[in-house]
Amino acid sequence: MNFQPVLLWSDLLLWLLAFAAIGLGACSTRAEHLRRAWARLGRNPVATGTTTILCVFLLIGLLDSLHYRPRLEENPAANETPNVTHYAVEVRSLLDALLFDLREQHERTYSAPLAIRLSTMETEETPNGVTQDYPRLAYGGAHLADESGHARDLLLRAAQGVVLAALLFGLLKMALAGHRQRRPAGAPGFAWQGVLYALGVFLLFALPIAFLAADYHVFGTDKVGQDVLYQALKSIRTALVIGLVTTLIMVPLAIFLGIVAGYFRGWADDLIQYVYTVLNSIPGVLLIAAAVLMMQVIIDTHSEWFATAAERADLRLVALCFILGVTSWTGLARLLRGETLKLRELDYIQAARAFGVSSGRIITRHLLPNLMHLVIIALVMDFSALVLTEAVLSYIGIGVDPAMMSFGSMINNARMELSREPAVWWSLATAFTFMLVLVLCANLLADALRNVFADNTSGQQ
Amino acid sequence: MLAYLLRRLLYAVPILIGVNLLTFALFFLVNTPDDMARMQLGVKHVTADAIHKWKAERGYDLPLFWNANAAGTDKLTRTIFSQKSARMFIGDFGRAEDGRDIAREIATRMGPSLAIAVPTFTLTLFVAICLALTLAFFRATTLDFWGVVICVLLMSISSLFYIIGGQFLFAKVWRLVPISGFGEGLDNWRFLILPVLIGVVGGVGASTRWYRTFFLEEVNKDYVRTARAKGLPETRVFFRHILRNALIPILTGVVALIPLLFMGSLLTESFFGIPGLGSYTIDAINAQDFSVVRSMVFIGSALYIIGLILTDISYTLVDPRIQFGKK
Repeated sequence: MNFQPVLLWSDLLLWLLAFAAIGLGACSTRAEHLRRAWARLGRNPVATGTTTILCVFLLIGLLDSLHYRPRLEENPAANETPNVTHYAVEVRSLLDALLFDLREQHERTYSAPLAIRLSTMETEETPNGVTQDYPRLAYGGAHLADESGHARDLLLRAAQGVVLAALLFGLLKMALAGHRQRRPAGAPGFAWQGVLYALGVFLLFALPIAFLAADYHVFGTDKVGQDVLYQALKSIRTALVIGLVTTLIMVPLAIFLGIVAGYFRGWADDLIQYVYTVLNSIPGVLLIAAAVLMMQVIIDTHSEWFATAAERADLRLVALCFILGVTSWTGLARLLRGETLKLRELDYIQAARAFGVSSGRIITRHLLPNLMHLVIIALVMDFSALVLTEAVLSYIGIGVDPAMMSFGSMINNARMELSREPAVWWSLATAFTFMLVLVLCANLLADALRNVFADNTSGQQ
Repeated sequence: MLAYLLRRLLYAVPILIGVNLLTFALFFLVNTPDDMARMQLGVKHVTADAIHKWKAERGYDLPLFWNANAAGTDKLTRTIFSQKSARMFIGDFGRAEDGRDIAREIATRMGPSLAIAVPTFTLTLFVAICLALTLAFFRATTLDFWGVVICVLLMSISSLFYIIGGQFLFAKVWRLVPISGFGEGLDNWRFLILPVLIGVVGGVGASTRWYRTFFLEEVNKDYVRTARAKGLPETRVFFRHILRNALIPILTGVVALIPLLFMGSLLTESFFGIPGLGSYTIDAINAQDFSVVRSMVFIGSALYIIGLILTDISYTLVDPRIQFGKK
């Protein structure tokens, strides 16, 4: 074998979540009122458009969650037993393999986006004496023999990307028009135009970037000369893990405790309310900080648990998700408790109880399906909040492992770079753009979901 | 009313005890003081003597809950729990790693924190209410639609970007205000204006969108229809009727936040070098100074509970239908 697969904890959880989401989505189509809500969501172009963009992010994150350790080249000089194959200590992902050029093409230090020279002066000793100049980059624009062709080359590549994007967009649009004609006019259907325009905008940016990225650093390079685009793409996975894996802890806790408190009332309600008031009363960042500081001590004192640095960083990420989950279930639990209190007095639940249906069955069959919309809205809203929180936590120094690429660490590194002369703004701008798109899409989707379910419940009553 | 207040205050005690036990468990049970000493002194090359000395200096060499070697009540009081955790109830927070008294440090740092937090809070509230009122007045128009979109956009930007971007533009490029710092006296406004402005811009999107829903809830109520039917102009309906009623949920919701203003803002203060409680907390987290973090957790939760009580009181004050002690 040329590689050895590595299954990190966060990979496992992320894939598990992806399958669970598909499974739950399939299950939810069986319930009539949920199917109606999904159909109404599908008719909203904003919802379909943002979902498309989020799917692109998810795809990148999932590709980045298949890890392996490449096999090391045999070293004939070393006196080792020939049958033992060695694997690199460094863990790579499928995304790394796809972006091999971006990953490996290191410059010496900062270079501006699309530049062909470093952004810092360097002193060079030539036979004619000492000269100061901005040296050419090792990879960015290295194919250009003559620098005067720089602007022309950039324009040509960007134009190629734009033309290709326009062609693809035209094809998709024609396919959509064909699909429209086959359907009876006037019937409201799935808002394909949302998907179409989202894909169009995505292609319009992605294709020129892809064409340019072949020979340039589209978003520049950072202090150690690493490509900023690569960093941003890798950061997506971190953001997704933080935003999604956390819900794996948060949602079960919130559903269980919220329903138990609302349905059984009495001492269980008092106890659960007490616990969440205590957790809520501690300022969020401080509680997370306290827990993370403690976790750090555990990780530092047990370095023998981890085979590679990637595994240590990964466990820290999962632990951070766990901490965030344990500290953030209170809001959703309170919401579910209130809704359960309201629902349990309704006639259909009273009737079920009068028929002698057991509490467990009432909860799973009658309460849970009518609470799901709150959970789904909370999931999407918390996702965007968690992505923003990660950046803040990494800035304070209690976020992800410093070696792990994330939007927070990108911002944190970029903070000092702005005060350089000339200012290094590209890392920050890239992190800003990627994060804004991700969070904005999630927020818009949450809005659409809220409207859909608000209509749904008001339509029932 | 007094009896009601007393009961609420008594209810706060078990919560504070819960917070205290939780932080105690986090800081002392999950990791022993030995681990902390090793981390503070550096993991490698640390002798048992050095750890012992570190613990003795800070009073961590006592048993956790029960001191069997001591006599009388000392069995309970000569322990880490009563020395470090329980004493917070009487306002004794112990000393930080640098040897300073935490309680005094907190008292002096509250002023700068409030100097930023209070203007930010009031301005955000005012601006958000005005904007939300405008959006609700022009509801279901293009202005409303784009207003909400801009609000969502403002919410989607990390507060870090507001601070970094604002500092870069206003302080570095345009040189309008100093980059960071804090002064005494009247000249201080030059240091305060940028953090306050950034705080307002960063917070106004979420609040406006939130308050707008309160206004829209009132818009279709019966009393509003009556007012319109009487022939009142729409502006008068808005300012005399809707604004007043929508302010109730807005203001009661906001009351819970007022005590937390004392805690300051972690990010703003550390970026602008303001010697308040927020930057104190951040420094403590970075220096892994657990006694300061513990104290801040305690104060934060105490303030949160005060906020809850204030919210209850404000409900009863603005809405005569709710009476004290009756649910």
